[in-house]
Amino acid sequence: MAEVTFENVSKIYPDGTRAVSSIDLEIRDGEFMVLVGPSGCGKTTALRMVAGLEEISEGELKIGDRVVNNVAPRNRDIAMVFQSYALYPHLTVYDNIAFGLRLRKMAKDEIDKRVRDAARVLDLEPFLDRKPRALSGGQRQRVAMGRAIVRQPQAFLMDEPLSNLDAKLRVQMRAEISQLQDRLGTTTIYVTHDQVEAMTMGDRVAVMRKGEIQQVASPQELYDSPVNLFVGGFIGSPAMNLLEGKLERANGGMAVAIGSQKLELGEGALRSRPALKSFDGREVIVGIRPEHLEDAELATDVPAGRRLKGQVALTEALGAELIVYVNTDAKPAVTDEVRELARDAGAAQPAGAAMGDAEGAALIGRFGARSRVRTGHTAEVAVDVDGLHFFDPSSGMGIYDGTTEEGT
Amino acid sequence: MTTAAETVAAVRPRATPASRILGFIGRTPVHVALIGLALLWLIPSVGLLVTSFRPRADIQASGWWESLFGATYTVRNYDLVLDANQMGSSFLNSALIAFPATILPLFIGALAAYAFSWIKFPFRDTIFLILVALMVVPIQSALVPVLIEFQELGTFLTGDRTFFTGWYWGIWIAHTAFALPFCIFLLRNFFITLPRDLIEAARVDGASNWKIFYRIVLPLSVPALASFGIFQFLWVWNDLLMALIFIQESDLWPMTIRISQMQDTYGSEWHLLSAAAFLLMIVPLLVFFSLQRYFVQGLLAGSVK
Repeated sequence: MAEVTFENVSKIYPDGTRAVSSIDLEIRDGEFMVLVGPSGCGKTTALRMVAGLEEISEGELKIGDRVVNNVAPRNRDIAMVFQSYALYPHLTVYDNIAFGLRLRKMAKDEIDKRVRDAARVLDLEPFLDRKPRALSGGQRQRVAMGRAIVRQPQAFLMDEPLSNLDAKLRVQMRAEISQLQDRLGTTTIYVTHDQVEAMTMGDRVAVMRKGEIQQVASPQELYDSPVNLFVGGFIGSPAMNLLEGKLERANGGMAVAIGSQKLELGEGALRSRPALKSFDGREVIVGIRPEHLEDAELATDVPAGRRLKGQVALTEALGAELIVYVNTDAKPAVTDEVRELARDAGAAQPAGAAMGDAEGAALIGRFGARSRVRTGHTAEVAVDVDGLHFFDPSSGMGIYDGTTEEGT
Repeated sequence: MTTAAETVAAVRPRATPASRILGFIGRTPVHVALIGLALLWLIPSVGLLVTSFRPRADIQASGWWESLFGATYTVRNYDLVLDANQMGSSFLNSALIAFPATILPLFIGALAAYAFSWIKFPFRDTIFLILVALMVVPIQSALVPVLIEFQELGTFLTGDRTFFTGWYWGIWIAHTAFALPFCIFLLRNFFITLPRDLIEAARVDGASNWKIFYRIVLPLSVPALASFGIFQFLWVWNDLLMALIFIQESDLWPMTIRISQMQDTYGSEWHLLSAAAFLLMIVPLLVFFSLQRYFVQGLLAGSVK
């Protein structure tokens, strides 16, 4: 086991594209690090550089204390789980798992012991004599895991290992991989485009965009203090509502105008974001997480200055909660980041903007299941203003304490 | 947990007897036409086979089809051909030529094809293109220059002009060289379709290029190797022209040369010719039937996804 360190690492293709642009990242010994981002953000390229399958154009990559830039994959002592699993189709499950050990000329009984241990841990014992084509998707995935863990390598590299499984199995395997990593304590780099996987599995998460790392932090910190618009919009489901707003002074405090309506900000928001003061009278982008919106009927203690009115465009009852789309005259914030996020989600424009009418965007809120709002009716929405996020429209950076916050 | 077999069964709706009969009737014209064509193609070979077992006098008296019912058969023709005409030893010569001349290009070609598909080196694609372009060189136009090269090289290396043509060296090298461009072309195009992830997984697992080649690529490429192997073996086994030029020692002659000589010396000795021709055919038939399953086998199922 070892730490993996990127020092100013870049990948530049012959045509000049920078797939990965000078990233600095230190993955601690035993840490579960998730690289997450939309497709084409360079996360897989970064992983393949650790594996040695992709040459490093600039910078230094270290596994432990060793610079591995020019070390062949087979000498890096890492194991990789591929998205396609890449099982050897002509070999049995046993031989697939033993393949890497045999290449290392390990003693036969030691190989046998390790393969059987791994098979037991992964519930593969009944299938050791089968060929991969006779296995289900989940079993194949576990064989790929087994092939990695018997090696007892310095680090595991996983390239979207769950993306070929159906939703239910994915949730189950997600937990299994987390547990397994916890028990083995092996440094793991895990690549995914699924922010739920990133949030649930990672000790820390590195959000990437266009070859650059946006923020590296624990899942909770990413959620609470996204460094910029992109991270804010990427983390969370349903995604954060991003609206154009304007800060102004009101009743001795500050308020933000969203369309024709105003939200008064509390002391808390200003204390945690002192830099907001300098935006007095200026445009900002306001981020409201759906979970910070509630049916005002269910949140009667929220004062009138912290409510928004709008027409309910759609409700989706999920049992435990109600997802509500409320039309207001607030303008959706449309920047490059927002467009890229929407493209990644497969939509032409952000969900709120798509639902809204010509006047403005629809706010997406998660209401309590007891909410009685109905489509077509006017609803009053209580806003937890301490949970609001603010971004500078010109740079897309989050507005916190005045200094540009960098990922840790 | 669903096994592959269950999935297939679930997807395909069960056919009712009626629909099965209807389907069979619908396909019948196609079946009849195909079987008819196959029989038509088989007639000369069957005729040859029957003729080879008939006494000489019968062959000259009646057609082979008249002998299908109640005629006399004999294996004397085979006895004669094997002993008197040295068919036995030239059968061995044919094998001694054909097996190495198949395995050598397969082995060299597979190594080259692996490099052309999975190892990066400068001008890789240009060199590959030039190799493929070599396929347009007609063998006939190169034969005499190559023969002269062999003689000069033999003199240079050993002082013996007939070093290459006095034994099998020349024919092995010539067959290998002429086969390589097509072999590399065919195998490279097959290797390149193997999933990249498989090669990379092996690389990360600790395999060198050589290990990847013989532990992963070769086992997965059996269909391509078998089809080229069969193709090349039949070509060499049936070759007359190159054998005539590159084997100048009559003790080393393969069956093809012997048979062509028989035609000259025996004129219309059909009983001998047909037996000899059928001997020549036996090996290709065996090779084809024993390896044909590799043509249809899909070895890749279940590797990825």
